[in-house]
Amino acid sequence: MTDANGDDLLLRIRGLKIEGRTEEGWNEIVHGVDLDLRRGEVLGLIGESGAGKSTIGLAAMGFARDGCRLSAGTIEFDGRELRSAPESARRKLRGNRISYVAQSAAAAFNPAHRLMDQYCEGPVVHGVMGRAEAERDAIDLFERIHLPDPEAIGFRYPHQVSGGQLQRAMTAMAMSCRPDLIVFDEPTTALDVTTQIEVLAAIRDAVEQFGTAAIYITHDLAVVAQMADRIMVLRHGLLVEEGDTRQLLSDPQMEYTRDLLEIRRFRVEERPRPADETPVLEMRGVTAGYGASTVLHDVSLQIHRKRTVAVVGESGSGKSTAARVITGLLPPTAGEVLYDGEPLPARFDRRSTDQLRKLQMIYQMPDTALNPKQRVEMVIGRPLQFYLGLSGSKLRERVRALLDMIELEPDTFIDRLPGELSGGQKQRICIARALAAEPEVILCDEVTSALDPLVAEGILKLLDRLQTEFSLSYMFITHDLATVRAIADEVVVMFQGKVVESGPKSEMFTPPHHDYTDLLLSSVPEMDPDWLDRLLAERAELAKQGRVLKAADN
Amino acid sequence: MDAVLKMVAQRLALGLLTLFVVSLIIFASVEMLPGDVAEEILGQSATPETVAALRRDLGLDRPAHIRYFEWLGDMAQGDFGRSLANKREITELLGTRLWNTLFLAGYAAVIAVPLSLALGILAALYRNSLYDRLVNSATLTSISFPEFFVAYIMIAIFAVSWRWFPAIVNVTAETPLDERLYKAFLPAIVLTMVITAHMMRMTRAAIINLMASPYIEMARLKGLTRRRIILHHALPNALAPIINVIALNLAYLVVGVVVVEVVFVYPGLGQLIIDSVTKRDIPVVQACSLIFALTYILLNLLADILSILSNPRLLHPR
Repeated sequence: MTDANGDDLLLRIRGLKIEGRTEEGWNEIVHGVDLDLRRGEVLGLIGESGAGKSTIGLAAMGFARDGCRLSAGTIEFDGRELRSAPESARRKLRGNRISYVAQSAAAAFNPAHRLMDQYCEGPVVHGVMGRAEAERDAIDLFERIHLPDPEAIGFRYPHQVSGGQLQRAMTAMAMSCRPDLIVFDEPTTALDVTTQIEVLAAIRDAVEQFGTAAIYITHDLAVVAQMADRIMVLRHGLLVEEGDTRQLLSDPQMEYTRDLLEIRRFRVEERPRPADETPVLEMRGVTAGYGASTVLHDVSLQIHRKRTVAVVGESGSGKSTAARVITGLLPPTAGEVLYDGEPLPARFDRRSTDQLRKLQMIYQMPDTALNPKQRVEMVIGRPLQFYLGLSGSKLRERVRALLDMIELEPDTFIDRLPGELSGGQKQRICIARALAAEPEVILCDEVTSALDPLVAEGILKLLDRLQTEFSLSYMFITHDLATVRAIADEVVVMFQGKVVESGPKSEMFTPPHHDYTDLLLSSVPEMDPDWLDRLLAERAELAKQGRVLKAADN
Repeated sequence: MDAVLKMVAQRLALGLLTLFVVSLIIFASVEMLPGDVAEEILGQSATPETVAALRRDLGLDRPAHIRYFEWLGDMAQGDFGRSLANKREITELLGTRLWNTLFLAGYAAVIAVPLSLALGILAALYRNSLYDRLVNSATLTSISFPEFFVAYIMIAIFAVSWRWFPAIVNVTAETPLDERLYKAFLPAIVLTMVITAHMMRMTRAAIINLMASPYIEMARLKGLTRRRIILHHALPNALAPIINVIALNLAYLVVGVVVVEVVFVYPGLGQLIIDSVTKRDIPVVQACSLIFALTYILLNLLADILSILSNPRLLHPR
């Protein structure tokens, strides 16, 4: 199909400006972006949070979130201008000719209705097909994207289906009216790497089979390299650079793009485990669980002084439960936790203040780990009062010194509330709070996974510097192998509550591996645009030999 | 499904336990009142000997726990004893009164529940519009006045000035339904005004609370109309809190109508309980209290069960 200009342009955005409402009035968040998308083309939008990529993706549907407005520019979809079109006209396009795949399918499926009802809603409401036809079509699509049990899965409720499968079901739902354009908004960000592969493959198949154009939004350059024909790099609501995928990856023009490509290169030199030293922290044969279900099975691991042990595994593998046992929040049913060779009381409230002080924790979500009503001084000051008995001017001085250590200017930040900080700054405050207790061991639970890559890297570098400065030991819980590669000395791989492999980093990243380690390692996306094809081909080959590498989730 | 049955059984057992505790409290508080039934019957001029004789006749000289279980046993079989005031069977006395109160409560509920649901849904649909503000302030105003005040205003306007409806609702067992509906209209409206605000605001709040959920955004991006989004996507997920507020308000209709019944001289339980209290007709007061407790427990039980049924996570476990 061609339009009046004689090309096959599907979407043409010119000078798009988007504003968000703040207390002081309207604040511009996207400052005039142009975007062209041809039929059947996949365009990647990449950038850190706040770059405006989701907002632009939604604007392509003529949609602005509550509290936002499309303030200027034109959005032409298939020759029709959407910004000035009446809401009813836009509504007829949405879900029909342009559809949307959300970041978290678990949250974007309505918990009150079966998958099939939600799948059929679009086609029936838009008058594309009748209910019976839509159901047959759904089963056909479910089968094409390799959902298990395609005949029956549609008749389950969202809570009865795993995250990876839901995300694929949502892709199928987006295809239900055979749209011209699908907006994928970070569709794999909430998934484990092992699950991500299947979803990426399903999305690519679906888009290729029907020749659908797509806007693929992500902050992960390696993922977008697999999916997109062309990439637009965005920052602070402005285009940084745009280009063909291969060309942009091999020859980035702008400094910012180069930074994004560089991030996975930060490496800490591996330090060998000291000989004949009592480990500072040890889990010995720990079995633990919630109620009747056992989550950890006979887990043993050791953390030595000034070393970083990374605990990796997908969600549900028991990594965070291990941290809960160590901190005494969850007493184990068997086994014990030793500190400097001495057993620690199983429950935190039986531990002495000093035992508590030496073991601190940093959490995944700095947003929820900070009390929104407490100012920075209070947040960092509390452990200083509680553990070290500081008060008055001494306390304030120490808080300022800690802010210096985490590279935040004390005068600017000491009186701020968490709401006045960015995600990375919040995580730095959480680090300062842990550091305030003058600990020997810090448990870091996915501390970088909620952050943008560049910000995350800053946090990793900070943690590395603090480790040397204060002789800290880290237990680094993560599902991200790039983080492991960057910061770990030793690696412990967990799968379904058991330790499947452990050893120095260098050994873990060289074959041969345990099957699960292999799956985990091979699932980490690489910048090479051919990586996914190669991986899928390799796995298909392995499957022929009877070796199936699959995540627990699928 | 087994899980649901188990949960319903648990709730039922809890309800029975609550009822048992309430009966204990009722019995104990009546025991603690000075004087007893025998003194009440014989009046102030009675000699201690005659009182003691009557106590023996009535079995009041036996220990309290024996009398309690006897009373409870009789209650369980539907025998509420006799009224002291007019010697009639309480069951008989309660029969028409309870029916009258339930009729009035049901009448008000049939008007109030759909009305407040509709008002609440519409308010959510047109949030922050003039309509929304109007409904909010109107319902708030009506709940802010004491019900006897509203009742007298209604009587002054609709019964005295315009003479559309009677000011006194004298119904008997023989009154035909249409006449009953006509006569009880004013009290039903007063009750509706009292309970609508609460239910309407909860409906609105429960729906609006969900409007920021990702699945509502998804529904909008599927190109659905606002109406369908609210009715099909938000409402089913908002049911549990709404059901609970409705149950509380319905219980209030049965238990809290006392004032309205007195204003309209309506022959319901409220009138009866007030008469009985003034006459110190203790067996009747006990029976009424137990019926009120039973109403609360049953309606809340029903709300619990309906909330469970509205939640697919409980209905269809993984």
